[in-house]
Amino acid sequence: MAFLSRFIVLTILAIGVVIHPDLAAADASFWTPAGPVAADQKAHFIRVTLLTMVAVVPVLVLVPLMLWRYRYRNTKAKFTPDWEYSGPLDLLMWGVPVVIVAVLSVQLWQSVKRLDPYRPVDTSTPILHVQVVGLDWKWLFVYPDLGIASIGELAFPTNRQVGLSLTSDTVMQSFVVSALAGQIYVMPGMTTNLHLEADAPGRFQGQNTQFNGEGFTQQKFDAIGMSEQAFEHWVASVRDTGVPLDPASYEVVSARSTQAEARGVLGTDAMPDDALYFSSVPDDFFNSIVARYHAGVAVSAAHQPGAPAPLEAGTR
Amino acid sequence: MTAQTSSHPGMNLGDHHGEAHRTAETLVFGFWVFLMSDLIIFGLMFATYVTMLNPMGMAGGPGPKDLFDLNSAFIQTMLLLTSSFTFGMASLALRHEQGKGPLILWLIVTLCLGLAFLGFELSDFSKMLAAGATPARSGFLSAFFGLVPLHGLHVTAGLIWLIIMLIQIGTLGLVSPVKTRLLRLGLFWHFLDIIWIGIFSVVYLWGLA
Amino acid sequence: MNLQDIALGRLDWNALPILKAIENPTASELIGGGAAGVVIVGGLAVVILITWCGWWRPLWKDWLTSVDHKRIGIMYIVLSMIMLTRGVIEGALMRTQQAFGLDGGFLAPDHFAELFSTHGTIMIFFVAMPFVSGFINYIMPLQIGARDMSFPVMNQISLGLTAAGAALIMISLVIGQFSTGGWTAYPPYTGKVFNPGVGPDYWIWSVGIAGIGSTLSGINFAVTIYKERAPGMTLFRMPLFTWTVLCAAIILIFAMPPLTVATLMLAADRYLDFHFFTNDLGGNMMNYANLFWLFGHPEVYLLVLPAYGIFSEVIATFSGKRLYGYASLVYASLAISILSFTVWLHHFFTMGQGANVNIAFGIATMFIAVPTGVKVYDWMATMFRGRIRFSVPMLYATGFLILFVIGGLTGVILANPTIDYQVHNSVFLVAHFHNVLIPGVLFGLLAGYHYWFPKAFGFRLHEGWGFVAATLWIVGFAVTFFPLYVLGIMGLPRRSFSYQEAAFDPFTLVAMCGAGLILSALATLVIQLWVSVRGRDSLRVPVGDPWNGRTLEWATSSPPPEYNFAVLPQVTTRDEFAMSKANGTAFPTPDRFADITMPRNTALGMIMCIGGTLFGFALVWHIWWLALVALVTMLGSWVAGTFRTDRHRTIPAAQVAATHVAWLEQVATATPTTRDSEASSRNTGRAALDLPEISA
Repeated sequence: MAFLSRFIVLTILAIGVVIHPDLAAADASFWTPAGPVAADQKAHFIRVTLLTMVAVVPVLVLVPLMLWRYRYRNTKAKFTPDWEYSGPLDLLMWGVPVVIVAVLSVQLWQSVKRLDPYRPVDTSTPILHVQVVGLDWKWLFVYPDLGIASIGELAFPTNRQVGLSLTSDTVMQSFVVSALAGQIYVMPGMTTNLHLEADAPGRFQGQNTQFNGEGFTQQKFDAIGMSEQAFEHWVASVRDTGVPLDPASYEVVSARSTQAEARGVLGTDAMPDDALYFSSVPDDFFNSIVARYHAGVAVSAAHQPGAPAPLEAGTR
Repeated sequence: MTAQTSSHPGMNLGDHHGEAHRTAETLVFGFWVFLMSDLIIFGLMFATYVTMLNPMGMAGGPGPKDLFDLNSAFIQTMLLLTSSFTFGMASLALRHEQGKGPLILWLIVTLCLGLAFLGFELSDFSKMLAAGATPARSGFLSAFFGLVPLHGLHVTAGLIWLIIMLIQIGTLGLVSPVKTRLLRLGLFWHFLDIIWIGIFSVVYLWGLA
Repeated sequence: MNLQDIALGRLDWNALPILKAIENPTASELIGGGAAGVVIVGGLAVVILITWCGWWRPLWKDWLTSVDHKRIGIMYIVLSMIMLTRGVIEGALMRTQQAFGLDGGFLAPDHFAELFSTHGTIMIFFVAMPFVSGFINYIMPLQIGARDMSFPVMNQISLGLTAAGAALIMISLVIGQFSTGGWTAYPPYTGKVFNPGVGPDYWIWSVGIAGIGSTLSGINFAVTIYKERAPGMTLFRMPLFTWTVLCAAIILIFAMPPLTVATLMLAADRYLDFHFFTNDLGGNMMNYANLFWLFGHPEVYLLVLPAYGIFSEVIATFSGKRLYGYASLVYASLAISILSFTVWLHHFFTMGQGANVNIAFGIATMFIAVPTGVKVYDWMATMFRGRIRFSVPMLYATGFLILFVIGGLTGVILANPTIDYQVHNSVFLVAHFHNVLIPGVLFGLLAGYHYWFPKAFGFRLHEGWGFVAATLWIVGFAVTFFPLYVLGIMGLPRRSFSYQEAAFDPFTLVAMCGAGLILSALATLVIQLWVSVRGRDSLRVPVGDPWNGRTLEWATSSPPPEYNFAVLPQVTTRDEFAMSKANGTAFPTPDRFADITMPRNTALGMIMCIGGTLFGFALVWHIWWLALVALVTMLGSWVAGTFRTDRHRTIPAAQVAATHVAWLEQVATATPTTRDSEASSRNTGRAALDLPEISA
C-alpha cells in the first residue's frame, strides 16, 4: 500500500497548494477569481467535486478494506463463491449514481444558462464594447466606440460589463482571462462573443490556449481593471502616444511574429514596455477582417497573415 | 420440398446450393456490416454537403441552379435503377441454377448500364469543370465533389469487381467462392443504388429546391 | 518539372535531421538527430540479429505470413510495445522540457510540438489500439470456443495496415518531420496555407491507413462473435471480456468512418485544393472538429471497454468468485457504447454554440458516469466475500479502481461546460485523459498481459519484477499527473513548451520525477520479460490453467494448438470451465477426432503492410509514380488472391488426436496446485479445486 499513502499525501499537498491563494499564480487562475463569472465557475467546480465525492469516496475507502478483509489467508471472513446478484444492491448501484447525476444535471443546466458567455452577466451598466482580433502571436484589442486600439493591454473600468466580439486573422485560437471569465474559440471569418467584468482593480493575465506555432507561449496580455478615471486616463494616453492603425501598421502586427518583435518595429518610448497603442482605427475595421474571408475570392497564402513565408516553409 | 433455411438477410442461395449456402452465412453477414460502415462514410459526406449548401458555403461561386442538369441526373437514376433490376435477374439466375448463360448475360447487361451511368456522370462533371465549377472554387463545390464522385468511384469499383467475377465464372466456374462473391457484389450494387437515390434527392432535388 | 522532381517528389537531403544535427548542433537538433539514429541503428541491429540467428525463414513462415489469430495477436502486442517505448520516452522528454521550461528549456518550440503530436498519435493509434486489438485477437476466439476469426486473411491485412501506419510515423523520425498540429490535427493550422510541409501529411496517411485496418478489425471482431461461437455459447453465456469486445467492435464499425472522412477531407484540402476546412471560399473548420470527435470520443470508449472486460475477468478469477452483476455489467457496457456517440461536442464546448446545445451534451456526458460507476461497484461487489489473491494483475486492478474514480471525478467536472470554459485546453485536461487512459486502459492491458502471458507462451511471468513494475506504474502515474491537475487550475495551457510563472516550477519538477518513475516502470517490464524468459523452465504451465480460470481460454493447453480446441467445446453455462472443473467434467477425452480445416498462410498482409507504407510515404513526398505502383500492387495482389483455389489445408484427425492425447496425459499426471502456491514453481497449470477451510 506504499503507493496509496504516497498518493494521498501528494493529493493533500496539491489540494493545499491550490486552495491556498498565495501559492497559486495570483493573477492567472479562476481559483483566485476577480470577477463574478470566474467566482461562479470556481464555486461550481467545488460544488460538483463535493457532490461527486458521494460516489467516489466509498470506492477509495472500500477497495483497500475489501482487499484486506477478504485476503486469501483470512479464513475467518465469509466466502460466497457463487453469490452473483442482489436486487436491492443493484438498485442502489444504479440508483445512487442516477440521483447524483440528475442533481448535477440540474445544476449544470442552471449554471450554463447563468454563465452563457454570449449574455451579459450584469446589465446595470452600459456595456463597454471591445473587438478582439487573434493574430500570430498576439491579441489586438479594438475599442470601436473610442476609435483606439491596443496590443498587450486590455484595459477597462471595474464593475462594468465588457462585451467582447472576437475573430481571428490566422488559425483558430482560444481566448481566456481566467481570473475573470472562461475561454471562447476565436476563428477566422467568424465572430464569437464573451462577456466579462472585474470586481476590483488589478492586472489579470490573459492568453491563448490553442497551440498555434512557435510563438504560442508568448501570446499573453494583461487584462487591466481600473477605475473610471484611470480608464479615461488610459484612453487619453493611448490617443496621445499611439500610432495610427492603418494598412501599413496592421501588416506589421498581423505578420507571424511575437508581440515583442512587433513592438520593436512600431513601438515608441512613450508606450509601456509590453504594449502597443494605436491612436486611430479605420471605420468598420473588425468587420472588414471577418469579411475578408467571405469576399468570394480565394485568399492566397501571401494574404493570410499567419502563413509562414515561403522560404521559411521549406520542407516544414 | 423441404423448408428453406435463411442464413442471412437478403436473397439466400438456398439449401440446394450446399456448401455455398452454408459459407454464405458468415460472408454475407460480414458484408452487411461493412456496408453499414460504408453507409456512415456516405452519411457524413451528405451531412457535409448540407452544411455547405448555403451562400456562405458557395462563397459567391456557382450554386446548384447554375450547375445541375436534372435531365441528365434523371437519366442516370434510371440507368442505375435498371442496372439494379438486371443484377437482380442475374442473382435469380444464380439462385435457380439456370446455368452460366443467363447469368453472364444479365451481368453483362448490368455492366453496360453501369458504364453508361458513369459516362453520363463524367460528362456532367466535365461540363461543370469546364464552366469553372471546380472543387477549388468553394466549400459547396468541395462537398459536391467529395460526395458524388465518391459514389462514382464506388460504381467504378463495382464494375471492376463485376468484370473480375465474369472472368472467375469463366476460369473457376460456379464454385462456392464465386457464388458467395456474386451474392456480395449484388448487395454492393443495390447499396449503391440506394445511395444514388439519396444523392438524387439531397444533392439534386434539394439543391435545386 | 525535371527528372529529380518526378523521381523523388519533394524529397531531398535536407529532409534528414541527422544532417541538420551535424550542421547546427543545438540540444534540440541533437535529440532529433539522435532519435533518428536510434531508429536506424535499432532497425539495422534487428536485421543483423535475425540474419545471424537464421531466423528469416521461421519469421516469415510462422509469423509474418501466418493467419493464426493467436500469432497475429502477439504481433499486434509486440508492435504496440515497440511504439510504447517511443511514446513513453517522448512523454518523459516533454515533462523534462517543462521542468526546465521557465522562460526557456532545451527543446526548440517546433521540436516540442512534434513531440506532443507524435506522442498523442502514437499512444492512441499505435499503442492503445494495437494492444487492445492484440488481446482481442488472442483471447476472444478462445473465449467463445472458436477455431479462428471469421476472416483470418482480413485479420492479417488489418495488422499489416496498422503496422504500415506505425512504420510511417517511425520513418518521419528519420526523413522529414512529423506534424506539429497535435494528435487532433485541427485545421486551419494543419492546412496547406499554414503548414505547407510534410508534417501534417505524415499524420494524415499514418492515421488514415491504420484507420482502415481498424475498421476491418471491427467488422472481423463483430462477425466472429456473432457467427463463430461454440455450440451452446449463447450471448448471455459469453465471458465479459468478449461482451466488451463486441461493444468495442460495434464502436469501431461506426466510429472509424468519421476519422477516415476527416483525414481524407483534410488530404483533399492539402493535395487537391479543396475547401472543406480552409479559412477562405466557404471552408469551415468547425466541420473538422465535429467529424474528428465523432470518431475521437467513441474511440476512448472502444479502448477502455475491453480494458473493463479484462478487469472483470481478472477480479473474478483472483477473488475466486463468480462475477457480481454480470447482466448489469453487460447492460452498462452496451449503454456506454451507445452513449459514447452522443457526447462528442464536449470536446469543444468553447466553440461558441448556444447554451442549450452545451447543456444537452454536458448532461449526456455526465450520464456516462452512471454505467461506469455501476461497473466499479460491480467489481467491488465481486471482491466482497471473495478470497482475494493479491497477484500482479490484482495490483493493477487496485491501482485502476482507486485512480480511475479520480479520473471519473475530473471527467464529471469537465462535463460541466461552465467549468470546461476555464480548464479546457489546460494541462488539467491533459491530466484528466491520462488519468483515464493510463489507469483505465494501460493498467487493464498490463493486467491482461500478466494474466494471459502464460496462456500464450506456456510459462508465467516473474511475479516479483511484476510487482515492482506495477508499483512503479501506479506511483509514477500519480506523481506525474496529479501535479498537472494543479497546474491546469493555475492556468498552464496544454502544449506549452515554456512558461513565465515561477509558481509552476515545483509542480513541473515533480511531474518530471514521475515521468522518471514511469520510464523505470517500462524498463522493469523489459527486465521482467528477460528474467522470465531465462527462468522459463521453472515457470512452465503446460496444462494451461495457472490461475484457476473460469472461462474457455483456460480449458486448452498453453500455448494452445493452432486450431485452439481438438474438439469444439459444448457450452452449457456461463463460466463454463469453472463449472466443468467443479463438476469434474473438465478435460474430457473425446470419443473421436475429426479432420480440422484451417486457412493456409498468405503473404497478403505483408504486401499490404509494405505497400501501405510505400503508398503513404510516396504521397507524403509527392512521389506520384510510387504511390500509383504501391496502390496497384496492393489492389492487384488482393484480387489475385481471390483466384487461388487452395486456400485451406487439412490437419488430419490422427495428428489432432496425438497432440490432444499427449496433452491429456500431461493433465492427468500434473499435480494440482492450490491457490497459495500459485506463484511458485509447483504451479504447472493444473488447478486444485479445494480451498483451505472454506467457511460458508
